[in-house]
Amino acid sequence: MTADLPRDRRPAATGPPAAGPPAAAAGTGGTPGLRGAIDSGRFAVTAELDLPHGIDPDRVDTKASALSGWVDAVNVTDNPGASVMPAAMAGSVLAQRAGLEPVMQLVCRDRNRIGLQSDLLGAALLGIPNVLLLTGDHPRFGDHPGAKPVFDLDSVTLVGAARALRDSGRLLGGRTVTPAPSWLIGAVENPFAAPQRFRAARLAKKVAAGAEFVQTQFVFDVPMFARFMADARDLGLTDRCTVLAGIGPVRSPRALEFMRFEVPGIHIPDDVVRRLTSVPSDRFAAEGVRLCAEIAAQVREIPGVGGVHVMVFGKEGLVPEILEAAGIGPRVVGGRVGRRASERGTRNVG
Amino acid sequence: MQDATRGAWPRPYVPRLPARLNYLLHHLLTPNRVNRRLARWLETHRRTGQAFTAAEKAVKERAFGCRMCGQCALPATGYACPQTCPKQLRNGPCGGVSPDGACEVHPELRCVWVVAYERAEAAGHVEDLSLLQRPVDHRLTGSSSWVNYWQGRDDGLWADPEGVRTRLPIWPTTGSAA
Repeated sequence: MTADLPRDRRPAATGPPAAGPPAAAAGTGGTPGLRGAIDSGRFAVTAELDLPHGIDPDRVDTKASALSGWVDAVNVTDNPGASVMPAAMAGSVLAQRAGLEPVMQLVCRDRNRIGLQSDLLGAALLGIPNVLLLTGDHPRFGDHPGAKPVFDLDSVTLVGAARALRDSGRLLGGRTVTPAPSWLIGAVENPFAAPQRFRAARLAKKVAAGAEFVQTQFVFDVPMFARFMADARDLGLTDRCTVLAGIGPVRSPRALEFMRFEVPGIHIPDDVVRRLTSVPSDRFAAEGVRLCAEIAAQVREIPGVGGVHVMVFGKEGLVPEILEAAGIGPRVVGGRVGRRASERGTRNVG
Repeated sequence: MQDATRGAWPRPYVPRLPARLNYLLHHLLTPNRVNRRLARWLETHRRTGQAFTAAEKAVKERAFGCRMCGQCALPATGYACPQTCPKQLRNGPCGGVSPDGACEVHPELRCVWVVAYERAEAAGHVEDLSLLQRPVDHRLTGSSSWVNYWQGRDDGLWADPEGVRTRLPIWPTTGSAA
């Protein structure tokens, strides 16, 4: 794996002409999708695909089409914020039908080890190529605060269980599963949460357990993120695990307050708050997008950063705009090349 | 008020004794011929065994906020009990801890893993936190972790990350590696 050399390899994979050859022959030497990006060391881009609250599959299609051609894979979230949403496995299948490569998220909050391994097997059965395994927000924050929190496994043991299933075809209970699944295994880390000096070591545990890529919490504090990356490099993690820096736009004063005070684990430093609140309210959203693109460009220069993970809270139409402003061009996914934001008309999804 | 809505969830607990003292006291518990025999005897004498477990609970509840998982992780966590984390995470803190160390579920309390890190660091044991902890065996809930320790049931409770590929059945990572 050459995940430690992303920036040198990146240009080869970006910006082929719209009428270019299909993905496999695009002259990049790599295959499309997240595994292709990771294996070839090409700068990876993932984005969050928020499922609609209702059960209208066409809306998933619309959201997916806004991302098509711009991302290597899309994360399909698992009841984010401990609020009930359609199942991530169903959303992953819809994303696949829409031509996107899904990263199925799976949290420890709602299922015990039987349910978790069952969903991992289900994902394998449906050909979902990537899984992202995480602890999950506490029910306290969701729409069913009286629910029983499960947390039978934690994120590290869940990653270990997934790798045991894939690499030795065995369930935690010992039973053998054939053929063994083949997903790429991902995890998350929050470089900004206390104890900050332990965060890279915690990621090391996930890498030891089997994580091959990691997506981070929103980066708003670039110097603090750079310190985390230095720790991760010192532990040799960036050679074994591709780090995708989490980025996303703050689009309104209300969103800023929400992210600062209501979402656990998001750290927005004071200078960023001042910058956002100093612009007139009608320009707040544009400033938030500009800030996000600047951060994307900055984190890309930090050694060991292998990609970005874009979280837009349902505004999938913003993803191409942010990537383009950050100088991260469209890519080839499933043989389709992303169009520039200016060629896309005004259709914003969300 | 907070207890009315969050009372049932575990609450991060600050241990009563200094970490260094706990590391010293642990030597008293190291399995030997005497306490192994005691453990066997306690498991065959139900009444006395129950009294022993109740005594252990009383001591450890006060000292560590013990919740009697029956498989004690304390020696590897700076003697701060991970079962007092509202998510009962045994491999380190979740991502919801605030930058200054507050628990996401009980914001008025410090994250037990922040406490664990500080205690382990002060006692020169910070590398213990990198050990991989296996999932809790819920069959042992409520039983004496001392008896389980002396009986050898804690063997493999945690693993050195370097050895994970080859060593422990709870981390059966590569079938052919051993």
